[in-house]
Amino acid sequence: MSQAAILSVEAVTMRFGGLTAVNAVSFAAERGAITAIIGPNGAGKTTLFNCITGFYRPSEGAITLHHEGRDTALHRLAGHKIARAGVARTFQNIRLFQGMTALENLLVAQHNRLMAATGFGIGAVLGLSRYPAAERDAIDRARHWLEMTALLDRADDPAGSLPYGAQRRLEIARAMCTEPALLCLDEPAAGLNPRESEALSALLRSIRDGGCSLLLIEHDMSVVMGISDRIVVLDHGAKIADAAPAVIRADARVIAAYLGEGDEE
Amino acid sequence: MRVAAALRDAAITGLVAAGLFLPLVALRTDVSPSGALFIRTRWSDAAILIALAVVGRFALVLWLGRKIPVASTESAWWEEPLRRAGKFFTPVLLLVAVALPWLPGTGRYELDLGILVLTYVMLGWGLNIVVGLAGLLDLGYVAFYAVGAYSYALLAQYFGLSFWLCLPLAGILAAFWGVLLGFPVLRLRGDYLAIVTLAFGEIIRVVLINWASFTGGPNGIGGIPRPSFFGLPFSMGGEAGSFAHTFGLEPSPLHRVVFLYYLILGLALLTNWVSIRLRRQPLGRAWEALREDETACRALGINITTTKLTAFALGAMFAGVAGSFFATRQGFISPESFTFIESAIILAIVVLGGMGSQIGIALAALIMIGGFEVFRGLEEWRMLVFGIAMVVIMVLRPRGLVSSRTPTVALGERRAISGALVGEGRG
Ligand SMILES: Nc1ncnc2c1ncn2[C@@H]1O[C@H](COP(=O)(O)OP(=O)(O)O)[C@@H](O)[C@H]1O
Ligand SMILES: [Mg+2]
Repeated sequence: MSQAAILSVEAVTMRFGGLTAVNAVSFAAERGAITAIIGPNGAGKTTLFNCITGFYRPSEGAITLHHEGRDTALHRLAGHKIARAGVARTFQNIRLFQGMTALENLLVAQHNRLMAATGFGIGAVLGLSRYPAAERDAIDRARHWLEMTALLDRADDPAGSLPYGAQRRLEIARAMCTEPALLCLDEPAAGLNPRESEALSALLRSIRDGGCSLLLIEHDMSVVMGISDRIVVLDHGAKIADAAPAVIRADARVIAAYLGEGDEE
Repeated sequence: MRVAAALRDAAITGLVAAGLFLPLVALRTDVSPSGALFIRTRWSDAAILIALAVVGRFALVLWLGRKIPVASTESAWWEEPLRRAGKFFTPVLLLVAVALPWLPGTGRYELDLGILVLTYVMLGWGLNIVVGLAGLLDLGYVAFYAVGAYSYALLAQYFGLSFWLCLPLAGILAAFWGVLLGFPVLRLRGDYLAIVTLAFGEIIRVVLINWASFTGGPNGIGGIPRPSFFGLPFSMGGEAGSFAHTFGLEPSPLHRVVFLYYLILGLALLTNWVSIRLRRQPLGRAWEALREDETACRALGINITTTKLTAFALGAMFAGVAGSFFATRQGFISPESFTFIESAIILAIVVLGGMGSQIGIALAALIMIGGFEVFRGLEEWRMLVFGIAMVVIMVLRPRGLVSSRTPTVALGERRAISGALVGEGRG
């Protein structure tokens, strides 16, 4: 794969018993770009994400992250090591720590860095170690992402009490606090109103401009067409198109499989 | 309308009561003077109980309608004052605890009760790390208490090690067993974890009973060395080198009790201090995050197994320390002190207190252990009264006395989080 790719997915297949949810899908996500994955419900988009982020182990194929001059075989890593390798994700059905405040959510995301600074718990209890400085850094980082997601005034509110759109943004902020090289978003615009979708597009663009590559599952075509650099289309687990937005818009198979269906709604 | 509903409810209640009381009360096997078993019938007693239930239900429905008291996870009226008074209330409680041995009217009985309550406060705080913070339902916590108690008893018996050396050793050994058990078990969730930890508690007890050559079996271990005042023994003779002699006091059996009281107070406060500190550290925050959502934790790169293990081991360690305190206080231990009911009581304290709340757990231990003693006058009815009280509290306050959660960090002011939002953990 080219030097420009941050992630290469090669012939990934995922079977659940007799059902093939993802069928020999290959594509590359470009570094510093937004790659969208679209397709009708049940096409296998979330399953593909779960393979990339270590929640499922693909039945076949390879997934490689090209980051900091190293190639990491994500399909062989244990679940929690994927985030450390530089891949962060959000969930289709929001998974925040509801009973913790927005700020706490963002600090949990920085667990590994903070944990190292505490001397793995022991030093911190005794009040030794570099922990206070590390925590100040972590709070600054959290404050930065709260600002980026327009949540600064809700920092001390429990995540579960935030309105839906704010919860979606907080989940993105939390993922960004792990300082990923690749951010995977599963339907971030679902349930947002047009104004919120627009703000989301701006946020995603600014994340990309900040140097993080994005992989985006989305149904909202105004978001997808507006910000994607490349679009991969899945249908029934197989890739049916992989091109720039303008080309996808004109692709007959895509229209038949997906866009046409979307227009009927 | 209401009468009809009340009659119907009363009839159903009568059926349920009959189903319960006929086999439980009306029929009873007894041993006749000749040694044979026979069935004694007590129809009238059963009839009275059933009638009471029917009339009670009828009156209740007639009076209140079919309104059922509503369970609430909202902050109760006492929580806000308690929190506001918290800055004042907690130190007062602490002051009372510290001053107890010197208060007028405090005798041997009150001190012994205080030691008992504080032991359960410590165990509650220890288990709170596992259940309240990390959300792992552990029904076999008493196993680690037993490991601690036997560690001290056996180390003292076989190697003659002193209490002060054994105290940390017992904690370390219990933590070691916690890791050993936790490693295979912590990938289970919810009910499965509860069942396996329950079984582990029983296994430890059964091993203690059956490995008679090592543990003394059902007879237990007696003659466990009593603690010294950092090397000075509490002897009644008042000879040179004893505690009383060194400090120029009249020898009194109370000295040791007061010392034990302060010892367990110190150990409990240590448990509290470590929990509070850890809660504000990444480790404690990760425990709470695990309780809230394990999947999200994994996506954030948190190693779930080791994080759960640390909670499990730390909880076990405090149980082990409490266990070795128990051994030195009693001077005698046997497997009978470590039955499942102990685990259940400790868990009840944590749940009643409000999972995760330090002050709530201290109050719950005081209510449960102290209250149980206060009801002693009721004799055999005490279990019943106590059971009813617990049921009422849990119906009205399913999330415990203090159900809200205080954030560990804030940009502005820390505001309590309603218990309704806070997860309970599914293992
Ligand atoms: N854990 C699983 N076990 C069995 N089948 C699954 C599992 N996860 C997903 N599937 C199936 O895989 C297919 C693709 O699902 P998914 O990836 O969620 O689709 P999408 O996100 O594109 O809507 C669906 O038919 C779904 O039922
Ligand atoms: Mg999906």
